[in-house]
Amino acid sequence: MADTLLAIRGLSKRFGGLLASDRIDLDVARGETHAIIGPNGAGKTTLIGQLAGDLRPDSGSIHFAGQDVTRLDAPHRARRGLARSFQVTSIFREFSALDNVALAVQAHAGRSFRFWRSARSEPALREPARAALEAVGLGARADVLAARLAHGEQRQLEIAMALATEPRMLLLDEPVAGMGLDESQKMVRFLAMLRRRITIVLVEHDMDAVFTLADRISVMVYGRIIATGTPSEVRGSDDVRRAYLGEDRA
Amino acid sequence: MAISRRTLALVAGGALLALVPPIAALTNQPFYLDLFRRMMIFAIAAVSLDLILGYGGMVSFGHAAYLGIGAYAVGIPAFHGVDNGWLQWGLAIAASALAAAVIGAVSLRTSGVSFIMITLAFAQMLYYLGISLETYGGDNGMRLAGRSRFGGPIDLREPAVFYYVVLAILVLLLTLGNRLVASRFGMVIRAARSNEVRARAIGFSPFRYKLTAFVIAGGAGGLAGALLANQTEYLTPDFMHWTRSGEIMFMVILGGMGTLFGPVIGAVVLLLLEDVLSALTTHWQIILGPILILVVLFAKRGLFGLVAGAETRDG
Amino acid sequence: MSINFALLLEQTLNGLQYGVMLFLMAAGLTLVFGIMNLVNLAHGSLYMVGAYLATAFTEKTGSFVLGVALALPATLLVGVVVEIVALRTLYERDHLDQVLATFGLILFFNELVAIVWGRAAIFTSVPPFLSGHFRVLPGLPYPTYRAVIILVGIAVAIMLWALVTRTRLGMRIRAGASNRTMISALGVDIRQLYTFVFGLGAALAGLAGAMAGPVYSVQPGMGEGILIQVFVVIVIGGIGSIRGAVVGAIVVGMADTLGRAFLKPLLATIISPPAADKAGPALASMSIYLLMAAVLFFRPEGLFPARGRS
Repeated sequence: MADTLLAIRGLSKRFGGLLASDRIDLDVARGETHAIIGPNGAGKTTLIGQLAGDLRPDSGSIHFAGQDVTRLDAPHRARRGLARSFQVTSIFREFSALDNVALAVQAHAGRSFRFWRSARSEPALREPARAALEAVGLGARADVLAARLAHGEQRQLEIAMALATEPRMLLLDEPVAGMGLDESQKMVRFLAMLRRRITIVLVEHDMDAVFTLADRISVMVYGRIIATGTPSEVRGSDDVRRAYLGEDRA
Repeated sequence: MAISRRTLALVAGGALLALVPPIAALTNQPFYLDLFRRMMIFAIAAVSLDLILGYGGMVSFGHAAYLGIGAYAVGIPAFHGVDNGWLQWGLAIAASALAAAVIGAVSLRTSGVSFIMITLAFAQMLYYLGISLETYGGDNGMRLAGRSRFGGPIDLREPAVFYYVVLAILVLLLTLGNRLVASRFGMVIRAARSNEVRARAIGFSPFRYKLTAFVIAGGAGGLAGALLANQTEYLTPDFMHWTRSGEIMFMVILGGMGTLFGPVIGAVVLLLLEDVLSALTTHWQIILGPILILVVLFAKRGLFGLVAGAETRDG
Repeated sequence: MSINFALLLEQTLNGLQYGVMLFLMAAGLTLVFGIMNLVNLAHGSLYMVGAYLATAFTEKTGSFVLGVALALPATLLVGVVVEIVALRTLYERDHLDQVLATFGLILFFNELVAIVWGRAAIFTSVPPFLSGHFRVLPGLPYPTYRAVIILVGIAVAIMLWALVTRTRLGMRIRAGASNRTMISALGVDIRQLYTFVFGLGAALAGLAGAMAGPVYSVQPGMGEGILIQVFVVIVIGGIGSIRGAVVGAIVVGMADTLGRAFLKPLLATIISPPAADKAGPALASMSIYLLMAAVLFFRPEGLFPARGRS
């Protein structure tokens, strides 16, 4: 019996005249992999922003692990176990891959008001960081400057950083965006491995990835969720077909 | 054991500075001792600014305010007959740290352009406060009643002793600073500068760390101010004028932002430049202005990179 | 408390007059910040150049009006030259670079005017046809010149409002203030727009400087003092917003002037007169910064931000 890890109720957000989120209700069960799809402009990014804590909803609530996090900012949600990756790769470019992940480990460990000991010499930070890098397949690239990593490697790095915070849930914003065929298949295989261990909510356009990974899919159009169900249910839904094919807006 | 170019440069620099008093004595040019001491005092100010500017990305245009506070923390007690150095310098650090805490608490709520302007405005506010202190000279400032007294062998009226005190403080600051920027705390600051959104996404709340760094830098700036008051034996609100803040910022940039040791070079070079130019013409600022512009446009990396090699500015 | 109505009205008008000067500076600066994302510390230098040029032209032509009229396009020209020669490279740079480079410009301009006109302050007098007082209310004379400044300010504000809300150009300016990348993507010639906006700002600053001569003295460095207060105006009003500049300028102008005039006597009713004597002026000059701190505490993006809040 799955319990609910993420509960969204009546989430609404307006930007001037545009209703980007329109009374969204969604439940994500613990251990579930839930994909959110929809045409451009559907409001997926706004939804992610509100889940991550970057945007404050106008109304509605978000409950995570049984607690109301609607008013919490991004750092607090991260500390509660909500890790995310970004649509446009966001890493610490002037630091090495290992430094990047070590920072995530440090953030999770707390106790950052230490002024004397060199952080780079702390096994408590470096070891878990190395492990996370190995897990995503970047072990050999640990000492490379993040800015010099290939695009696909940088996206892997983001996942490593997310994992290093020992999260309860991963919020992935288009994880395979901008990746070539090989790279994205590698990423999908990796995420498939993660599925059982951790709850994942992902926004994605790549339908192969979506149908491979998702336990359930929600379809968003014009700020509303018009359908939620298993991949086959969604594939067979008339509403969804109409939304995607009938009124396609770029 | 391989000695890096950087280590060599640092040791050479330190040795050079340590040798100034005996050389000045030998060549009978006490002026140089005075000059280098002044440079080191500004180096301390510049290094303290580099902590927040170079490593933290906080463009504080009001750093001179802390020098002013530190200077008055020495001058005002001296005026009233209190010349205990421990008390004065302790007050200098505490008062400027407190001011930094207040200013930072308000300013760090903003970022970018607003942050620059607000730190500037606060410094100006303190400048006007200094001008309004009629008892202590108002906008003319006042003479320092006497140099800070420490007892024992430390007599600041001895030029060489004072020189080595300043040098010791500079070395101490550089040592502590070096550890600070590599520590967990330093990493948070640097991460927030590199990518604040990312830092927040992994769970850091940058404000408290930035504020702490701001306070530390402010306190160190206050100490520099206390030293400056002793150096010039005169203090005026001009210490806090925003053009002074700009000068210190330039020292940081010229020397190499985010290198900690670079600003020392920056202080030396800028003060030397000002000295040389002002000997040429009273209108030296018309030359200095464009030089500064050119440095910003073309030599942003700073001098430390040139001297000590490319691997100096790491992430 | 013996503050009479006449004094209060006079100081209010003075506050308004000072607010006009601040607004003229702030309008240009906030547009430049908002549209070009450029921190320009040398804006005060344009104010100073306007003051010096007006003084010089007035002397040459013997007419104050002509002097000001000539100083305006001249300052605009100086502004455009500075923009093309020195500032274009800065648009792409980060704020720190802009701060430092324009700081270098300040040093340059301060020294330039010192070379040409000397370091001593120049005191210009109000032109005869504008000197004297006129009756605001029976028994209440107010200096004509200051009243003219207020009227000029209102006129400029109206013209700017018309420009920004009623013309195509104004639409581009507003769009640029709210989303820079978008308007360039829409094909608006960014460089021309930038040069225009900067020139406009320079002309406004020059106007403020030209009018300032008879009221304040003309000397090297005169721009920096007012510049910082202009920053406060913009921070309070919101970057990129002309409306914010108007409100901010009036608020700051009033706070500063009334503070200077009345804080001391006001304080004297609460604490002892000698203490008020000391604290009054200090608090007065700090008052606008305290005001700014207060606004920022509740609204870090200012009262009327052009970009809107998320």
